[in-house]
Amino acid sequence: MIAAIAVAVAQVIVVGAGAPLLVGVLRTLKARLVGRRGPSPWQPYADLRKLLAKEVVVSTTTSWIFRATPYVLAATMLVASLIVPVFLARPPLAFPGDVILLMYLFLLGTFFLALAGLDAGSAFGGMGSSREVAVAALAEPTIIVAVFALAMRAETIDLARVVERFSREPLLAANPAHLLAFAAFFIVMLAETGRLPVDNPATHLELTMIHEAMVLEYSGRYLALVEWASAMKLCLFMTLLANLFFPWGAGGLTGPAAIPLGVLVLAGKLVLLVIALAVLETTVAKLRLFRVPELLAGSFALAILSVMAVVLV
Amino acid sequence: MLRQLWTALRTGIVTEPPARVSDLERVGERLAAEITRAFGRSLHIRQVDAGSPNCCEIEISGLTGPHYDLERFGLHFVASPRHADCLLVTGPVTRNMAEPLRRTWEATPDPKLVIAVGDCGRDGGLFRGSYAVAGGVADVIPVDAVIPGCPPSPAALLAGLLDAIRRRR
Repeated sequence: MIAAIAVAVAQVIVVGAGAPLLVGVLRTLKARLVGRRGPSPWQPYADLRKLLAKEVVVSTTTSWIFRATPYVLAATMLVASLIVPVFLARPPLAFPGDVILLMYLFLLGTFFLALAGLDAGSAFGGMGSSREVAVAALAEPTIIVAVFALAMRAETIDLARVVERFSREPLLAANPAHLLAFAAFFIVMLAETGRLPVDNPATHLELTMIHEAMVLEYSGRYLALVEWASAMKLCLFMTLLANLFFPWGAGGLTGPAAIPLGVLVLAGKLVLLVIALAVLETTVAKLRLFRVPELLAGSFALAILSVMAVVLV
Repeated sequence: MLRQLWTALRTGIVTEPPARVSDLERVGERLAAEITRAFGRSLHIRQVDAGSPNCCEIEISGLTGPHYDLERFGLHFVASPRHADCLLVTGPVTRNMAEPLRRTWEATPDPKLVIAVGDCGRDGGLFRGSYAVAGGVADVIPVDAVIPGCPPSPAALLAGLLDAIRRRR
């Protein structure tokens, strides 16, 4: 019991405290790739601390949804961090079908953020919300189908058991289904976490924003919570990607004693993914909004093909 | 994509090292230290164009490029006044922009800095006395510092930011 609680606390701390560093490293790497020296990787922590100390300005036209959303976002991400296999194969809240709960926790945050974007009544907020919902509606089924392809291969719908099975039998991954599901999941990760080519996290141009447009009205500690939650979302998606498709290292570890090793393995995997993401983001341009559905439809097709490959191959 | 990546790797970092632009770098280092004290190494800037002829904007956007690279000092341009700690206001304030400027100032959470940029921002500059101009930035909202110049160079902008932060304490 105590061991389970220790693992749960460690997992929340690793995701909650590590997520801003992940974003910071990504920004520094991107700056280096375009020839800038760039901010320090610890910059997001300084930003968050400053925001927490600042005054909150709230528009008089907003309702309770606007004030509740930052807390909903942070809470859903913290709960989600208990479901994702972060550094041990068996996360504290593992149960068969947890992937469905995970997807709907992400979607709950998206839903509230979209409402909050509409709440202040500013033109850009509404635009951001409509785009975010359009992207989420197209991205959500792909995640489920891609994970189901893996679940069918591993013959279980429990995320933890999928990770365990794949790390025990690496040959199971030597299948076209694995590659197709990976491609599908990677594209959807970009869309869900607001990265290029779907959304540009560094943009200042309101007309091209998706995620950023919804949070334009937030300030002070609310903004800090929203930024923290979106960093955690990126961290969780990358962790999920790393552990589902490259489970080696995480799968065999159990119990609190294995936590340090597990964190190291996770950090190694995330560094590789962050480098890949930074290279991708410096070399591709943002897609025109009307072409985003094509990209997401493509990723859905990959996910469906992956399920078919499981059945046929 | 590969060609661009190759270019990026071959070019390396073009942000000027301390020895070569000593003056700018010293200003930058002091700026970073001042920001650390006042805001905890993070200053988010919202640039407001209150009717500027855009020469200041070109100099300001130079700050974000690889050469001057403002972000290494913990400064960052943001898209909304609600995210900002500092308003960088350019241009003479035209009559049509006076009200939006006032609202922008009200939308910015405390503690906040206001910096008027350029000769136009100081007192209207070239456009002073025009029937379309309400005056300098200080005629509309309280200003903490002025960065003179027509337009001020990026190095002068960095120095002006430093001055504003120091004077605030």
